[in-house]
Amino acid sequence: MKISVLSGKGGTGKTLVATNLAAAVRPSQYVDLDVEEPNGYHFLKPRLRETVSVGVPVPRLEEGKCTGCGLCAGVCQFNALAAIKNKVLIFPELCHHCGACSLVCPEKALQEVQREVGTISIGEERDFMQGELQVGEPVAVPLINELKRRVKENGPVFFDCPPGAACAVVHAVEDTDYCLLVTEPTPFGRHDLAIAVRLMEKLGLPFGVLINKGDGKNGDVHQFCREKGSKILAEIPFSLEIAETYSRGELLIQGEKDWLHFFQNLFGKIKEEVGHENHRHPQR
Amino acid sequence: MKVAVSSMDKELEARLDPRFGRACCFLLVDTDTREFYAVPNGGVGAAGGAGIQAAQTVVEEGAEAVITGSVGPNAMDVLKAAGVKIYEGEPYTVKEALEKFCKGDLQEVTSPKPRHYGARGGRGLR
Amino acid sequence: MKTIAILSGKGGTGKTTLAASLARLAGEKALADCDVEAPNLHILLQGKLLEKKEYRGAQTALIDEDLCRQCGLCREACRFQAISAGYQVIPFRCEGCGVCSLVCPHGAAHLETVKTGDTYVHETGEGLFSHALLDIGAEGSGKLVTEVRRIIQPYIQTEKLFFIDGSPGIGCVVIASLTGCDAAILVTEPTLSGKSDLLRVLDLADHFSIPAVVCINRFDVNLELTAEIEAYCRQARVPVLGKIPFDSRVVEGLRNYKTPLEMEGSTAAAAIRGFWENMQKYLQNEEEGE
Repeated sequence: MKISVLSGKGGTGKTLVATNLAAAVRPSQYVDLDVEEPNGYHFLKPRLRETVSVGVPVPRLEEGKCTGCGLCAGVCQFNALAAIKNKVLIFPELCHHCGACSLVCPEKALQEVQREVGTISIGEERDFMQGELQVGEPVAVPLINELKRRVKENGPVFFDCPPGAACAVVHAVEDTDYCLLVTEPTPFGRHDLAIAVRLMEKLGLPFGVLINKGDGKNGDVHQFCREKGSKILAEIPFSLEIAETYSRGELLIQGEKDWLHFFQNLFGKIKEEVGHENHRHPQR
Repeated sequence: MKVAVSSMDKELEARLDPRFGRACCFLLVDTDTREFYAVPNGGVGAAGGAGIQAAQTVVEEGAEAVITGSVGPNAMDVLKAAGVKIYEGEPYTVKEALEKFCKGDLQEVTSPKPRHYGARGGRGLR
Repeated sequence: MKTIAILSGKGGTGKTTLAASLARLAGEKALADCDVEAPNLHILLQGKLLEKKEYRGAQTALIDEDLCRQCGLCREACRFQAISAGYQVIPFRCEGCGVCSLVCPHGAAHLETVKTGDTYVHETGEGLFSHALLDIGAEGSGKLVTEVRRIIQPYIQTEKLFFIDGSPGIGCVVIASLTGCDAAILVTEPTLSGKSDLLRVLDLADHFSIPAVVCINRFDVNLELTAEIEAYCRQARVPVLGKIPFDSRVVEGLRNYKTPLEMEGSTAAAAIRGFWENMQKYLQNEEEGE
C-alpha cells in the first residue's frame, strides 16, 4: 500500500506527519520525494546502506562533426543550446533531456551522455529512501520517478511529497493508493487545501484530510470539507511543545506514548479508507 | 560601433532595463550616427533560459557591445563566445548610459556580478 | 521607487504574514505576490479589480486525429510517456519539447501555447497589488513572475516602495523575483531545515549582488539555533534586523483574516514594528552610503 502525504502550502507539517507515521507503523518504508528540500532524515536519522547517482541524458558536442548549422538550437524549446557565429554552446542545466537536438542534427554531432542531477540514499533496512536534487537543477521529476521505481512492493510505503500542485507533485502522487492532505486551519491553509483537493479530483485519487496546528474548532476547514464531502481523518493541536520538538529534529512518538497510538490509529483509518476504496473500485 | 542597450521602451529617453534576459526590448544604436532601432527581446517570453535567448538576439543583430544591468552566467557565456563586451549601465536612462559609454565612463563587466560580502563560503553549515 | 523582495528558502516561515504586515506599516507602496505556485497574499488583500489577463505559460503537444495514422513513432520517441495508447496527449506528462512533431511523418503533431493561469491587478486598502493564479497542475515560471511584476507597473504613480513576496526555494522563480531589487528580506526560522535553506538564498542574493537582511521568525522556539543563525550572519556581515517571538495571537489573527498588527497585545506585532523601523534606517543608510 502506497500512501502520499502532501499539502499545497509549505510548512504545514507534511514531514512531521510522514516521518511519525513511518516510525509508528512497523515495518514500513519512508520515501522523501521532496527532493528540493529533503528534511525527513533530520527526524528519522537513518543509517545509510548506499547512495546512488541519478543521471539524465544530455547532449555533448563532437566539435569536429559540428558545422554550426544551428538546427539543434532551433528545435530546443528550453534554450539549452545556443548557436552563435557557427558555434554551438550547450547549457546542460536547462536541458529537459527530450532528445530533440540529437534527433535533428544532420551530422550526428550530438551524442547523449549521462549527467548527474541528484542522488538517492537508501537506508540499511530499506525502510528509508530519499532523493536529493543538486542545487540549481530545475527538474525534480527524473529523481522522483527513480525513487518510485525502487520502492518496496509489499508493506506500507509513505511518500513525503513536494509542496505545491505542479508537475513534481503530480508525479509523486500518481499511482498511489491514498493521499493524506495536511492542512492548517488558517485562510492560507484552507486556500491551498482547496487547490490540493482539486488536484486530487483531477487525478481521480482517494484522499483524506489531516488538520495540523488545530484549535479544536477549525470552523473554516470543517465547513470546506463538509461542502466537498472530504473526510477529516485526524487533528494535531496547535502547541509550542510540538514546535519545539520539531525544531530539535525529534519525533513526536519518541515522547509521550499517546502519539504512538495517535499515528497507529491514523494508519488504521487510512487502511480502512483504502479498503472501502478497493470495494468501490475493485479494478484499482 | 553597434551597441545593444536593454531598455524599458522603444525610445532613447526610456529607462535602461536592469534585467538583461527579461528586458522589455533592446535598442540597437550606432554610436557614430546615433541612429537606432528597437528589437523585441526573444528571451522575455521564455519559461527558462531567457538570458541565453536574449544574448542570441543581440548577437544576431550584430551588436559589438551590450549595456545593461545584470547579466547571468549563461547569457555571459553566450556573449563572451560571440566576442560581445558587456557594460554596466545602471541606474541611467538609455541616452545617459550611451553618453557615458561614448566617453568611456561605463565599467566593463567580465564576470557574473562579483560576490558582495565575500565572507560567505557556500552551504558550510550543513 | 525602491523594490524589496521578501524571500525565505523554506516554506511556512511566515514570509507572507510579514509581507502583509509590512504593507500595513509602509506608506505609499505597491505589492506583488510572486509566490506564483502557492499565492496567499490575495486572501488578505481584497479590493477593486483593475485588470485581469490570461497567462499563456506553457507549450503542449496536440495531435490532430484526422491526420494521425497511429504509426507509433511519436509514442516511441516521447521520453515522458505523454502519448496514450489512443494517441491522446496526457497534459500532466507533456513537457512541450516538440519531439513528437519532429518525428511525425504525417504532420499530425504540433506544439501549441496554452493558458496556464491568470494575472490580476487590484486596488486594495493597502495599495496596488498584483498576483497570479495558476491552473491546477500548471507550472510556475520566471516568465510568470516577471509578468506579475510588470502588469502592475502602468498603475504605479507616487509609490515609493514596491514589495515582492517571493516563493520558497532558490530556482528560476526566485531569481525572477530577486533580479533588479534594491534589497532582500530573508525570513527564516530556527529549525534545521530553516537554517540550511536560508544559506542557499543568501548565496543567491550574493550572486546577484543584492543586499540582504535577515528576520528570524518564532526565534524563541529554539534559542540555540537562533544563536547559530545570528553568529553565521555576523560572520557573513548580513544584518539580522528582526527577531519575532512565537505568538499564538498571530495564527488567531490569520484565522480572522487579520495581520498580527491588528491583534491587540500581540508580542509578534511589536517585534514586526521594530523590524520595520530597523529596515527603514537600513534603507536610508544604504542610500546615503551610495
